Amino acid sequence: MRVVTLAAEDDFEGWRDAARGLAQAGVPASEILWQVGETPVDLFADEAVLPPAASRALKVPRAFLDLAQSAILHSDPERFALLYALLAGDPHRVADPADPLVRRLEGMAREVRRDIHKMRAFVRFREVQDAQPFPGTGEPNTRFIAWFEPTHHIVRANARFFVDRFTSMRWSILTPELSLHWDTETLTEGPGATKADAPGEDPVEDIWKTYYASIFNPARLKTGAMLKEMPRKYWKNMPETALVRELVATARQRETAMVATQPRPGGNIEGAWEALREEAAHCTRCDLYKHATQTVFGEGPVDARMMIVGEQPGDQEDLAGHPFVGPAGEVFDRAMVEAGIDRAGVYVTNAVKHFKFEPRGKRRIHSKPDAGEIQACRWWYEQERLLVKPELTIALGASAARQMLGKTVTIAATRGRALDLPDGGRGWVTVHPSYLLRLPDRAKAEDAFAAFVEDLKGAEKLLA
Amino acid sequence: MSQLDLRGKLAILADAAKYDASCASSGTTKRNAASGPKGGLGSTEGMGICHAYAPDGRCISLLKILLTNSCIFDCHYCINRKSSNVRRARFTPEEVVDLTLNFYRRNYIEGLFLSSGIIRSSDYTMEQIVRVARLLREEYDFRGYIHLKTIPDADAELVRQAGLYADRVSINVELPTVAGLTRLAPEKSAPRIEGAMRDVRAAIDDTADAGKRYKSAPKFAPAGQSTQMIVGADAATDGDIITRAAGLYDRFQLRRVYYSAFSPIPDASAVLPLQRPPLMREHRLYQSDWLMRFYDYQPREVAAAADPATGMLPLDIDPKLAWALKFRESFPVDVNRAPRELLLRVPGLGVKAVDAILSARRMRRLQLADVARLTASIAKVRPFLVAADWRPVALSDRADLRSLVAPKREQLELFAA
Repeated sequence: MRVVTLAAEDDFEGWRDAARGLAQAGVPASEILWQVGETPVDLFADEAVLPPAASRALKVPRAFLDLAQSAILHSDPERFALLYALLAGDPHRVADPADPLVRRLEGMAREVRRDIHKMRAFVRFREVQDAQPFPGTGEPNTRFIAWFEPTHHIVRANARFFVDRFTSMRWSILTPELSLHWDTETLTEGPGATKADAPGEDPVEDIWKTYYASIFNPARLKTGAMLKEMPRKYWKNMPETALVRELVATARQRETAMVATQPRPGGNIEGAWEALREEAAHCTRCDLYKHATQTVFGEGPVDARMMIVGEQPGDQEDLAGHPFVGPAGEVFDRAMVEAGIDRAGVYVTNAVKHFKFEPRGKRRIHSKPDAGEIQACRWWYEQERLLVKPELTIALGASAARQMLGKTVTIAATRGRALDLPDGGRGWVTVHPSYLLRLPDRAKAEDAFAAFVEDLKGAEKLLA
Repeated sequence: MSQLDLRGKLAILADAAKYDASCASSGTTKRNAASGPKGGLGSTEGMGICHAYAPDGRCISLLKILLTNSCIFDCHYCINRKSSNVRRARFTPEEVVDLTLNFYRRNYIEGLFLSSGIIRSSDYTMEQIVRVARLLREEYDFRGYIHLKTIPDADAELVRQAGLYADRVSINVELPTVAGLTRLAPEKSAPRIEGAMRDVRAAIDDTADAGKRYKSAPKFAPAGQSTQMIVGADAATDGDIITRAAGLYDRFQLRRVYYSAFSPIPDASAVLPLQRPPLMREHRLYQSDWLMRFYDYQPREVAAAADPATGMLPLDIDPKLAWALKFRESFPVDVNRAPRELLLRVPGLGVKAVDAILSARRMRRLQLADVARLTASIAKVRPFLVAADWRPVALSDRADLRSLVAPKREQLELFAA
């Protein structure tokens, strides 16, 4: 057994020199014990002698060196041996990321690079004024001191970054293993330190916390994403993380408050509805706009208590731009009069706002909207509901019922009873007046019309 | 009204800035204080650093604030609109400089992202923004990251100066559709916003051109320009948004398009929808954006992953998987033979995994176990791959493939809306 003692945990040069000699001498990985400093690891180990360097140069790919320089900083004590195993075997295997040994070392290198990155991100300096003024100039001697606990042996490797960035500041970074000191000209190293050696506060931290709390959007809580990038192990040295618990706890409440204080009808609801109708006039959410004449938007008072939803505009509605003005509209109006409901006080709209048809000679024959078209048009229906906020919604026919309830239902199963809608109002399902027009048997049609009127009356009672 | 102290102002002006999704500090040139004249502060890396994460999962990289939240515009989606009752505050340029330097010295931030409500006039506002950047760069030799918002209709010379001090400049298109912009931001105009983007692109191109000839030529916004659109406040479908974003990338050479799911704001205008869209929708749009930028998908291909009837991307699976399930004839792909662009189409294989496969297969023929070592979940990838010892004959034709590869349903957004 050969023992190699490296000068420090991150002693890449020491490892490289020893490994080169051992690999050239053909010493197998299993016969080498790697240790750091003077800590005796194996009492029965023999000598710590390196075999003489062979004359031929040991060539390794650049990628191997890159991998080794990162992986050697890992905290896993096995890293020296694993790297040596790759070197003594075939360092060209480094190009094969599917190789299990390479995979493991690359995993280490990745963790090291992440730790380096997180140190750059999460080091927090605190400002201190030394009692003594700065020698020479007599200026106040300001220093910035940070306490940081890395997971791997990365501090020395990371020093350059802080020097390059904070060149004009006097700073120290204290860690358990080693300390770095920069005096604006030279970098010096000191022994490891403890948290107590670093200053305990900085008045600017309160301002920073104010920023942290204010930039957080309580309407989009995603603590998982936060924890993934800012794991808890770093929290204890980051002042702002003291706020996280409360920000999370109050987020839902703050969002609910925002939604609850939204304006009620009146004021500019009218303007909002007009702007919405104007936007809908240019809708291309499904393909129906291509052949239809225009968008037929809902109509009626925006503070109506009752909303009636039809299926879609027909031939005449498409040309006129208003809902329920064709033959079915006439039936609808007649039924409303018989039911004693004033259409002028009702908001009337359609589940789908463009006419869908198939041309037959000169005529345009109505064709049922499909699920996708109903879904595409749902956006407008929801916007209308948000503004009108009807207490009662009557869906005429299956397509309208689907839009109102958000799922496919049959008329038979849902007709003529109060339903609770997800947004708080009540719903009611009945037939579409065009169904009444299609019944060939006159007697049956009259019965069906009477039933339709009864449905409308029954629904209206819900408002009483 | 009582006088606000610095913290009070910061609370208002950071709160007002948080609806801008961007906080990136990446993509600029490398520079540092050590290589400049003595006394400088700051450096930039290629990749940017997130110094903290808020509980909304967003990266905090820059001090993102408004110079003032007073505004003469009345955009309905904006908390700072003229008609909002929000408390107003205003920083002096010196206060912003101070705050930036104090935060930077403590390693809280990578730099500054400064925007502003429009006060007096576009030019006046732009001037104030440029003044902050000039102070930082010239008085304090600040070498950190600066992102400046350009103000619609500001003088071209001011925008040019902004670009010389800033790493990145941006102007938001705000809404994906012109009809939506007309409804929600009546004072803004899509052609004028796009005109400003065109000017910035021309300035970037010009200075890049000069940079090739003279090494000392000044750099204009080396991290390019970006923009943001609000998702779910107008009627745009995912297909519309993807097409719009692709057009913007293409015409103005944008570095990034940010998508921000409309979120409820205090004291909202009645014109706004009350319900927010699912955050997952925003996430799917970012994924589709990635497919275009890093996976060689054409915009129409990404749009084809959306439901043809509704134009919306599925929320339960990612757009790449949706595309693969729809165009199964493109699979399986042979890991040992297929070119990079086909491997990139395999759901579950990211850019890194694909490059690892390309590297590994130079050494030997890959078995399924080898691929498993390079990916997070071989079970998801398997139906789309051929390896030396694997052929998914039965799998890829199965009608229930979607349920095999789609993620298990989680209870998302339980209390949403």
